[in-house]
Amino acid sequence: MKTKTHHNTNLSRRKFIISSAAATGGLAVGMKLPFAKSAHAQATGAAASGAEINHWIVIKPDDSVVIRIARAEMGQGTHTGLAQLVAEELECDWSKVTVEPITAGQNLARKRVWGDMSTGGSRGIRTSQDYVRQSGAAARGMLMQAAANEWKVPVGELTVSNGVITHAASNHSTSYGKVAAAASKLPAPDLKSVKLKDPRQWKIAGKPMKRVDTVPKLDGSQMYAIDVKLPGMLNAAIKQCPVFGGKLASYDEAKIAGMPGVRKVVKVDDSTVAVVADTWWRAKTALDALPIKWDEGDGAKASTATIAAHLKEGLTANDAFADIDNGDVLKAYAGAAKKVEAVYSTPFLAHATMEPMTATVRLTADRAEVWVPTQNAEASLATLSTASGLPLDKCEAYPQMLGGGFGRRGGTQDYVRQATLIAKQLPAGTPVKLIWSREEDMTHDFYRPISQALMQAGLDASGNLESLRIRVSGQSINAHLSPTAIKDGKDLRQLQGLWKEPGDAQIGYTVPNLRTEYAMRNTHVPVGPWRGVNTNQNGVYLECFMEECARAAGKDSLEFRRALMKNHPKHLAVLNAAADKGNWGKPLPPGVHRGIAQFMGYGSYSAATAEVSMVDGKVKVHRMVLALNCGHAVNPDQIAAQVEGSVAYGLSATFYGELNVEKGRIVENNFHNYRILQLADMPKVETVIVPTYDFWGGVGEPTICVVAPAVLNAIYAATGKPVRNLPLKNLKLV
Amino acid sequence: MARLNINGKVHDVQVEDGTPLLWVIREQVGLTGTKYGCGVAQCGACSVHINGEVRRSCMTPVSSVKAEDRIVTIEGLSPNSSNPIQKAWLEHDVPQCGYCQSGQIMAASALLAKNKNPSDKDIDTAMTNICRCGTYQRIRAAIHTAAKAKA
Repeated sequence: MKTKTHHNTNLSRRKFIISSAAATGGLAVGMKLPFAKSAHAQATGAAASGAEINHWIVIKPDDSVVIRIARAEMGQGTHTGLAQLVAEELECDWSKVTVEPITAGQNLARKRVWGDMSTGGSRGIRTSQDYVRQSGAAARGMLMQAAANEWKVPVGELTVSNGVITHAASNHSTSYGKVAAAASKLPAPDLKSVKLKDPRQWKIAGKPMKRVDTVPKLDGSQMYAIDVKLPGMLNAAIKQCPVFGGKLASYDEAKIAGMPGVRKVVKVDDSTVAVVADTWWRAKTALDALPIKWDEGDGAKASTATIAAHLKEGLTANDAFADIDNGDVLKAYAGAAKKVEAVYSTPFLAHATMEPMTATVRLTADRAEVWVPTQNAEASLATLSTASGLPLDKCEAYPQMLGGGFGRRGGTQDYVRQATLIAKQLPAGTPVKLIWSREEDMTHDFYRPISQALMQAGLDASGNLESLRIRVSGQSINAHLSPTAIKDGKDLRQLQGLWKEPGDAQIGYTVPNLRTEYAMRNTHVPVGPWRGVNTNQNGVYLECFMEECARAAGKDSLEFRRALMKNHPKHLAVLNAAADKGNWGKPLPPGVHRGIAQFMGYGSYSAATAEVSMVDGKVKVHRMVLALNCGHAVNPDQIAAQVEGSVAYGLSATFYGELNVEKGRIVENNFHNYRILQLADMPKVETVIVPTYDFWGGVGEPTICVVAPAVLNAIYAATGKPVRNLPLKNLKLV
Repeated sequence: MARLNINGKVHDVQVEDGTPLLWVIREQVGLTGTKYGCGVAQCGACSVHINGEVRRSCMTPVSSVKAEDRIVTIEGLSPNSSNPIQKAWLEHDVPQCGYCQSGQIMAASALLAKNKNPSDKDIDTAMTNICRCGTYQRIRAAIHTAAKAKA
C-alpha cells in the first residue's frame, strides 16, 4: 500500500491544458451545469437555465442568481462565505442566491476557469476571495452596461441595488433577470481593472448571513456520497492489511460462496480485498466471514513503545536541522541563572469524519465517473484517471457534500482508487459504491503525526527569558505524502507555528537566543494533514512550556508573554483580546482556575483563555474565550461556528485522542475506544473576532491549536503541575 | 422477510433476520437520511424513533422490530421541517457538515417530547450523539429555543 496510494494527486496545469481540447470557454449562454440534487441529475446534467454572465454567475429570468463554487463544503461554511463575497460585489438580492458546485471535469473542459478546487489549509476563501469578488464586480458592470445600452444612456448615470438597476434621470428601472441575456453577450472586462469595495463598506459579506445549505440538513434530504443511488448499483465492503505495509497472502472465497446477495470477491490490490454484493450490509457480512491470511511484513514489529523510543532518540540526535537559530542558545542556556527543561509528547490521532470513506464509481470502455466526498475534486479526477486507465477528458468527478473532511479527503484519494479498481473487475457500466466500515476508517487513516519535543529555557536573574531551544522529533507528513516539498533534507512543515517567516505561522516571541530544530523520525504508520496540522502539537509544546517558564520566573503568565511580544503586534493584540474578554486577572469562583495561550497558523492569529475546575481528579472546562484575527471576517456567525467546532475538536484530542500501535497495527478501532467529546463536556465558548482588514487569514483551523494549551495551563494552575503528555485520560491529575 | 411501519407506511422487506434496522431503512426501504457512523451504537448518527423512543438503529436487529411498532425516521419527523427542534436548528444554523444532524434532531425531538423544558443537565444526559464538527453549543441553545417555542 505504502508506495501506491500515498502520493498527492494534484493535477498539474500542463496536464489540464494538454487534455482540454474539448474546452468551450467564453460566455456560453445557458450552458448546462448539474445541480447537486441527486447522483442521477448530476450525471445527466440537470439544466441550470439562465444566462451565464461569467463562469461564476448565472442569472435566470426570475432574477434568481446561481453562484458556482469550486471549493468543497464539508461544514466549514465556505460555500456560504464565497457566495457572500460574489453577491456583495454583484449587488444582487441575497435572498435569491443559490450555490452550485462545479465538477472537476467541467473545470478541466474549460481550462480551469474556476481555478484551484483544493480545499485544505483553511484556504477555501482566502485564496479565492480576490478572483471571485472581481468576477462579481465584473458581472455587475456587464449587467449595468446592458441596461445602459438598452436605454441609450451613459452607464455612469445608473445605480444598482439588490439586483435592480435604475436610471433616475429618465425614471427607468430594470432587474438583473431582464438584462442578463444581453449582458452575457457583452465583452468581459479585464478582472484586474475591476475596482473592489472597501470591506468596511460590505453589506452582504461581513454580515452573519444564514448558511446556504442548512435546510436540507434538517429533514434528511441532503445527499452525501454514502447516499448515492444509481441504477444497477452494487455495494462493496473492503479490508486492507491491518499492518501498514503488509500484504494480502490469501483468502478462501469458497467459504462465503452462496451467502445472500454476494456477487464477487475482488482482490483490489496486493494488500486489499473487497466483497461486492447487492447491499452494503450483505457485502460487509460476507467480508467479515471471509477467511483472509495476511503477510504482515516488518511493520508488525512496531509498537507504541518502539515508536516512542525512536522519537526519544531524535530529541538528542545530531541529524536535526534548525530553522531559527538566533544568538547562541547552547551557551546562553549553559550560563543561565535558572534553567527550565521539559519533554513533551503527543500521539497519533485519527480524523474520524462522521461519514466514513466512500466513493461510487461507474466505468465503461470510454467513460469513468466518481461520486465522491472530496476536498480536492481534481485529485479525485486524477486518481480516477490513473486507476481506470482512461484519459482525464473521459473522466468526471462529481463532488458531494462531505460528511466531514478535516484533511482526510484531500490529495490522498485512496478510496477513489480502490472503488475504481473494484469497478474495473465488474461488468462495464456497473456502478459500485465502496463504503469503509468505521473500523476500517479508523485503522487505515493518514494520521496526525506523532511527535515529542525537548524544550530548554534559560532565565536571567530577573526571570527574563534569555534563551529558548525547541527540538521537535517526530514523523514527517511531507516525507510520507510530498517528499519533493522537503528542500535539502529540511522539512520545515513539522515546525509549523514556530516559523521565522512572518505571514503564515510565525512564532510570536522574540528571544535573544532562540533555536527551533526538527529531527525527522518516521514510522511505518501513514500520516497526513489533520485539521490544524502541526500547529496543534507545536502549540502545546510552546505554550505549555511558556507557562512553565513564566512560573519558574515567578511572573504572571500573561505579563511574561507580553514582554516577549513587542515585535509581534498582531500576536499580542489577539492575546490581549482573549485576556480582556476572558477576564484575565479577575477573581474566579472557588476551585476554578484560568489558563491562557496564543499561537499562529494559516495566516491567522489566535489566542484563548480557559476556565477549568478539578473534581475528583477529573477536569471540567467551564468556559473558553477564543480571540481570532483572520484579517477579514466574511461571516462572523460562521467564524464563531468554526471556533466553537475547533474547541470541540481540540478538546476531543486533549481529553481522549490517542491511537496506539500494537504488532504494527492501530489498536483503537471505533468510538468506544477512540472517544470523541460529547455535548456534556462542551464548555461555553465565546468568540472574539478582531479583524484588522490588512490580510486574508484562514478560519477553519487556526483556533484549534490554542485550545489544548489554554486548558492544560489552567490545569497547571489548578494542580501546580505541568501536563506534558496527551491525552488527559491517561494522566492521574491529583 | 420483515414487515415494518416506517413513517406511517408499511414496508415488506426481504432481508436476513440479523440485519440492523439502519441498513434496512437505508438499503431496502431507501430512506438515506438516517446515517451510518459507527455500527456499534456509539455515535447516534443512526438514531430513529420506535414508538416514540429514540433508538440507535445500527444495533437494532430488524427481527427485534414488530410489524406494529411505529418507526419514525428523520424524513417522517414532521411535514416541512415544522417540528420545533427543526425550526430551532434552522434559527441557530446548527449544522455544519450535517452528517450527524439527523440523529441529533431525532434525539433532541425525543427529549423534548418527554420533557417540555429540559435543563442543561437533562440535555447533557439525553444528547450523547457525537458531532465531529462540534456543533454542541448550538445544539444546546437550539433545544432551549425549541422548548420556549413549544411552551
